[in-house]
Amino acid sequence: MNVIRFFAENRSDVLEATGQHLWLVGWSTLFAMLLGIPLGILIAHRMKLNNLVLGGANVIQTIPSLALFGFLLPLPWLGARADRLSILALTLYALLPIIRNTYTGIRGVDAAVVEAGRGMGMTEAQLLFQVELPLAVSVILSGVRVAVVISVGLATIAAAIGAGGLGEFIFRGLAMVDNRVILAGAIPAAVLALLADFGVGWIERRLKPR
Amino acid sequence: MIEFHNVSYRVNEIQVLTDLNLRVARGETLVLLGRSGSGKTTTLKLVNRLVSPSSGEILVHGTPQEQIDVIKLRRGIGYVIQEVGLFPHFNVERNIGLVPKIEGWPEDRIRARVREMLQLVGLPEDLASRYPHQLSGGQRQRVGVARALAADPDILLMDEPFGALDPLTRDDVQREFLLLQQRLQKTVVFVTHDLREALRLGSRIALMEAGKLVTVLSPDEFVKSSDPWASAYVRAFGEGLESAANRGTS
Repeated sequence: MNVIRFFAENRSDVLEATGQHLWLVGWSTLFAMLLGIPLGILIAHRMKLNNLVLGGANVIQTIPSLALFGFLLPLPWLGARADRLSILALTLYALLPIIRNTYTGIRGVDAAVVEAGRGMGMTEAQLLFQVELPLAVSVILSGVRVAVVISVGLATIAAAIGAGGLGEFIFRGLAMVDNRVILAGAIPAAVLALLADFGVGWIERRLKPR
Repeated sequence: MIEFHNVSYRVNEIQVLTDLNLRVARGETLVLLGRSGSGKTTTLKLVNRLVSPSSGEILVHGTPQEQIDVIKLRRGIGYVIQEVGLFPHFNVERNIGLVPKIEGWPEDRIRARVREMLQLVGLPEDLASRYPHQLSGGQRQRVGVARALAADPDILLMDEPFGALDPLTRDDVQREFLLLQQRLQKTVVFVTHDLREALRLGSRIALMEAGKLVTVLSPDEFVKSSDPWASAYVRAFGEGLESAANRGTS
């Protein structure tokens, strides 16, 4: 019950932190999609780049998140603002699931369907936008879904370099040894993760080809 | 109409086709007959350049193929493969209207053409809004033929189009194909491993074995042929083939 009272008393702070959190997750997911989907498409068609790109994204994934935020600090323009830096780090983490699912989704499109399209005189761009992407869209979006959920969790670390977000409460609570404060960050973060999972899942079902 | 001059095709040191010389005349149905791996599908794909020859030359309408823009070439050639070739996320109307659409026809003309094509292959108009998975195998195959014919190509390539159908449905679509072909007089290259189908549909049968063209014969000549490969085929299919060769649309 103490937690609920804490929420009530600090409503505007919690809401502001949630807004910052969404800002970090939203931009990083958008950038990861803008970079990851084209990369996934590229490696699905140029198989030779496959190991290089997926390997690279895998390596990024293995860097401990706190360390990655630290590594990026010396970067000139980005290091000047903690939120830019956090968005970059979160983007890098979100890349792997998005690239991998785009690759898997496009490779999973029935080769006979693609060949039929090519045989009828569709250009490579028409094949991509009218056949491959529509048929791969639900697999790609389930990658985005994984990326968003990971980002909501990871974005709490951004508070460690002063980017704000719900991690503020978690770090403050840890320092104060006060569970109410930790939960004031952890509960909204969990709710955000669930909502994001549900939201992208809903879009996924809407766009699913028959 | 279509000419192969000394065409060979190799991939990774494997000789898929060797020194193929073949002419397909305007308005005929040339059947490529052979077992799996004999090179018949490769031969078909050479025509619309899904496969490019390692050596030799292919002429389409008398023009060397490499002088024709590949996208334009393909849009002028109808292509039918086993039922999987329909786009699962397009309804029947969009599947049939695909080539007219990418050729930039106006919408109302595409719609009219789709209706015309459905009628041509004997399907009711209300099928237009259905998706491929909502159709029977025979209906899917008819849609595949309608799609290939939609932009009125002179040449039709068919790669075992009726292979996945049950015998009764196959009999129906074969008969419809013959009636259609009598009307439209397209130049058809038809791949099959089924000798009965070859005898029934083909004006000539090109027998292939291990990447080489063995012989080209009319159905009547084929059943009487003393060629070892042709007679092996006839033996494998057993009695009653002479009547199959003359059966036609009956």
